[in-house]
Amino acid sequence: MYKSNDLILRTTTSIIVFILLGFSIYLLLAGHNSPGGGFIGGLITASAIMLLYISYGSETIEKILPINYRLLVPIGLLLALGTGIGSFFFSVPFLSHTYGYFHIPFFGELELATAMLFDTGVYITVLGVTLTIILSISKDQ
Amino acid sequence: MLTMHAAIIIPFIVAALIPFLAKRLKTLHIGWFVLLVPFGLFLLLTSYIPMIARGETISQTIHWIPNYDINFTTYLDGLSMILALLITGIGTLVVLYSIYYLSPEESLKHFFVFLLLFMGAMLGVVLSDNILVLYVFWELTSISSFLLIAFWYHRKKSREGAQKSLLITVSGGFAMLVGFIMLYVMTGTFSVQEIIHEIPKYTNHILFLPALVLILIGAFTKSAQFPFHIWLPDAMEAPTPVSAYLHSATMVKAGIYLVARFTPVFGGEALWFWLVGGIGLLTLFWGSFNAVKQTDLKALLAYSTVSQLGMIMTMFGIGSAALYFGYSTESVIYTQATFAALFHLVNHSTFKGALFMVVGIVDHEVGTRDIRRLGGLVTLMPITFTISLIGSFSMAGLPPFNGFISKEMFFTSVLHIGELNIFSMDTWGILFPVIAWIASVFTFIYSMIIVFKTFFGPYQLGKLERPAHEPPLGMLIAPSVLGLMVVGLFFFPNVLGNNLLKPAMAGIFPTFPADRLDVEIKAWHGFNMELFMTFGVAAVGTLMYVALRYWKGIYRLAPEKWTFNELYSFALDQLEIRSRVVTDSYMTGFLRDYFIYIFLFFSVLIGGTLIYTGAIDFGISSNAPISVYEWILAVVMVVAGISILFAKSRLTAILLNGVLGYSIAVFFVLFRDPDLALTQVGIETVTTVLFLVSYYFLPEWQKENTPKRKKGLNILISVSVGVVFILLALAVRSGKLFESISGYYENAYKLAGGKNIVNTILGDFRAFDTMLEVVVLLIAGIGVYSFVKSKSKKGGHNIEDQ
Repeated sequence: MYKSNDLILRTTTSIIVFILLGFSIYLLLAGHNSPGGGFIGGLITASAIMLLYISYGSETIEKILPINYRLLVPIGLLLALGTGIGSFFFSVPFLSHTYGYFHIPFFGELELATAMLFDTGVYITVLGVTLTIILSISKDQ
Repeated sequence: MLTMHAAIIIPFIVAALIPFLAKRLKTLHIGWFVLLVPFGLFLLLTSYIPMIARGETISQTIHWIPNYDINFTTYLDGLSMILALLITGIGTLVVLYSIYYLSPEESLKHFFVFLLLFMGAMLGVVLSDNILVLYVFWELTSISSFLLIAFWYHRKKSREGAQKSLLITVSGGFAMLVGFIMLYVMTGTFSVQEIIHEIPKYTNHILFLPALVLILIGAFTKSAQFPFHIWLPDAMEAPTPVSAYLHSATMVKAGIYLVARFTPVFGGEALWFWLVGGIGLLTLFWGSFNAVKQTDLKALLAYSTVSQLGMIMTMFGIGSAALYFGYSTESVIYTQATFAALFHLVNHSTFKGALFMVVGIVDHEVGTRDIRRLGGLVTLMPITFTISLIGSFSMAGLPPFNGFISKEMFFTSVLHIGELNIFSMDTWGILFPVIAWIASVFTFIYSMIIVFKTFFGPYQLGKLERPAHEPPLGMLIAPSVLGLMVVGLFFFPNVLGNNLLKPAMAGIFPTFPADRLDVEIKAWHGFNMELFMTFGVAAVGTLMYVALRYWKGIYRLAPEKWTFNELYSFALDQLEIRSRVVTDSYMTGFLRDYFIYIFLFFSVLIGGTLIYTGAIDFGISSNAPISVYEWILAVVMVVAGISILFAKSRLTAILLNGVLGYSIAVFFVLFRDPDLALTQVGIETVTTVLFLVSYYFLPEWQKENTPKRKKGLNILISVSVGVVFILLALAVRSGKLFESISGYYENAYKLAGGKNIVNTILGDFRAFDTMLEVVVLLIAGIGVYSFVKSKSKKGGHNIEDQ
C-alpha cells in the first residue's frame, strides 16, 4: 500500500477531481455552442485522473478505477466512425450531421445533434490515448 | 506467313524447352537436339534465296504496341539475308563443333540456352525493321554474350571480361537508343524503310548529326572499333565455340550490319564518311599492329578480328561517299567498295570461324594455346594444319583463297578514294592506301605466326599438357566445311555475288538503278596496281616475319601503362573511388548535416523564388494596430526564445519552452480564440510533463564541441530560414487574392445547429479531418505503448544499455 502523509494533497484532490470532472463534462456538452469540445474535455478528464494517480498512487487507483484505458481508444474511434457510417443509412454522404429540437421531461426544450456523438467519440479517444501514453511511460522502469 | 517472325522466335522457344529436355535426355547429348534449330532455320532461309536474288523483299508485321508505332516488323532483303544465313549457317557448325568440344560434365543446358538466346536475338537484330524492336534484340545479344563469356564463371578473368564487354556494348547500345529516338523525333516513324524515305527532308535538322554520331557509337562499340575494341580480346575467356560464333562471325558484325543498314540514311554526309572510314582505317591498323605481339593464339585472333572489322568498316565508309553525288557513272565506282565490304563480311566469317575452331582444337588436344609452347604439330595434326593454313592464307590475302579477292577489292577502293575531291580527300586521300597497305603487311605477319609458330619448328612435348594427336572427326567437320567455303568462294565468288550481294547493294543504295550496282568478281584481274601491292605485302611481310625477333622491341617502346585497357581500368577504379568520396562527403550519417541541406534548400528555393519573382512586396499600413499586451507578450516570447539557445541546463530549456507555449495560449486569448487557448494550455501542460518525464532518462546536457566555423554556418542558416519565413508570411499576408470563405461558416447555427463555429467546423463541416486526427492520436498512443512494452519484454537485457 502506498503510504505517505500527503493529507492535504489527498483531501484537496478528492474535491478538486470532482470539480475537474464536472468541468470536463461541461466542456464536452457545451462544445457545440460555447468554447469547449471533445478534445479539451478529454484532456481535462485525463488530467483529473492523473491527479488521482499522483496523490493516491497507481495501486489504489487501479483498484478504484479498474479501467483499461487502452480499450477506450478503439471505443472512441468506433463511436466517431460509427457516427460517420450512420449517415449511410439515410442515403447521405459520409459524416453528414443533423440536429433537431426535442422536448424531454425535466430538461425541457433541448437540442440534440449527431455532431455531439462524434464529439463524444473524440472525447473518449483523447482520454484513452493521453492516459495510455502517460501511464505506460510512468510505469516503464 | 510470318516465317521471319517464326525464325526469330523459334530459338527462344527451344531455349525455354532445353532445361526440361536436358533432364529427360540422359544418353543423347543435348547439342544434337539444339543442332536442329539453326540447321532448320538455315534451310528455311535458303529457300528464300531465289526470291531475294530476283530483288524482292519480304516485310511482315505483328502489332506489338501500335499506339506508339512500335510493331514487330520484319524485313528481309539481301543484307538481312546475308547475315541471317551467316548466323544460322555458322550457328549450325558451331553447335556441331561444341558438341565435341565441351565435355558432358560442363553445364551444357546453360550453354545451349545462352547460345540459342543469342541466336534468336541476333536474328532479331538483322531481321527487324522497327528500330526499337531492333534495339531490344540488340541488348539481348549483349546480355546473352555477357552470359556466354562468363560461362566459366568460377574464373576471375571470365567475369572481368564479361563485365567489360557488357559495360562497353551496353553503353554503346544506350547511345544508339538515344540516336534512334532522335530519328523518330525527326521523321515520326520507327521503321527503317520509312526513315530512309523520309530522311532527305531532314538532313539539315538540328538532331541529324547527333543522331548520326550516337548511332555510330552503338555500332562501333558492338563491332569493337577503335578505341572500344578493348573488350574483344578480354572476351576470349569464353569457350572457343562462343569466340568462334559471337566474336568473329556474328555479334561483332551487328555493328557492321547497323552501319550498312543506316548507310542510306546517313551516307553522303561528310561526318559519316570520316567517322566510318577514318575510324575503320585506324582500327584496321591498330588491330593488325597489336595482333603481332600477342602470344596467346586467341588473343591474336581477337586483334585480327578487330583489324578485319576495321577493314570492312573502312570499305563501308568509302562506299557511303557514293551517296554524296547521287547516281552517276563516277559514283558507281565507290559503290564497289560497299560490294567489297559485303563480300569480305562473308569471307571473314568463314575463315575466322575456321581459325577459331582450329585454335580450339589445338587448345583442346594439347592443353595450351600459347605460341611459345607450341610447335611442330604439322605431322601430328595434318588435317588441323591444312585448315589453319587455308584460313590464315585467306586472312593474309593470298590466292587461291577468298581473302585474296576481297583484299584486292579493298585495295581497289582505297586507291580510288584518292580521286575523290570531296571531304578534303584530295589532301588526306593518300592516307587510305598507305595505311591499308601497312596494315596488310602486319596482317600477313600475324597470319604467318599462326601457321608457322604453331605447326612448324621444334615439337616441345615437355611444355604440353597432353601429347598432340588429331581430334575426333566430329570436331573437324565444322572447320573443314568452313575451309571448303574459303576455297569455294575463291573459285565461284559470283554465286554469292549475284544471289545475295547484289540484292543487298540495292538495299544500301536504294536510289541507284539496280543493274548498275552489279560487280563481276574476278579472281584474276590482270597485272595492275592492286596485284603489285599484294606482291609487296607478301614480300615485305615475309621479310619482316623472318626478322621478327629483331624489331619486336618496338612493342616495348611505349610503357605498359599506356594502353586503353589500363585507361579503362583506371577510369573504372577512379569512378568508384571518386563517387565514394562524393557520397561520403555529403552522406555523413549526422542528422545535423541533413537538416542543414534541407534548410539550405528551403531558404535558397523559397528565398530565391521570392527575389526572382519580386514577391517581396508588402505594406503594413492596412494591418490592425498593435496593442500594448501584444507588445509585452511578443517581447516575452522573444526573450524566452533567445534564452533557450543559451540555456545551460536542459531543465531551463524545457521551462523556457513552456513559457513560449503558454504565451501562445495568451495570444490566442488576445486574438479571441477560446477553444484554441483552452487546448493550447492543456496540450502545453501535457507536453511539458512529458518532457520532464523523459528528462529523467536523458544523459547530461553537454556543451557541444562544434567548431566556430560550423557554429557560424548554423547561425547563418537559421537566421536565413527565419528571415525567409517572415518575408514569405508578410508577402502572403499583403497579397490577398480572394475573398475569405469564412463567411459561409457564420451560418453555423442555421446549418449545423451550433453556436460555436470552431466546434461545428471541427465536428460537422470538416469532421473528416477531425476523425483522421483522432486516428493519428490512436497511432501515437499505440506507438508509445508498444515501444515501452516491447522493450520491457526483452527483460532489461538491452545491449545498447551497456
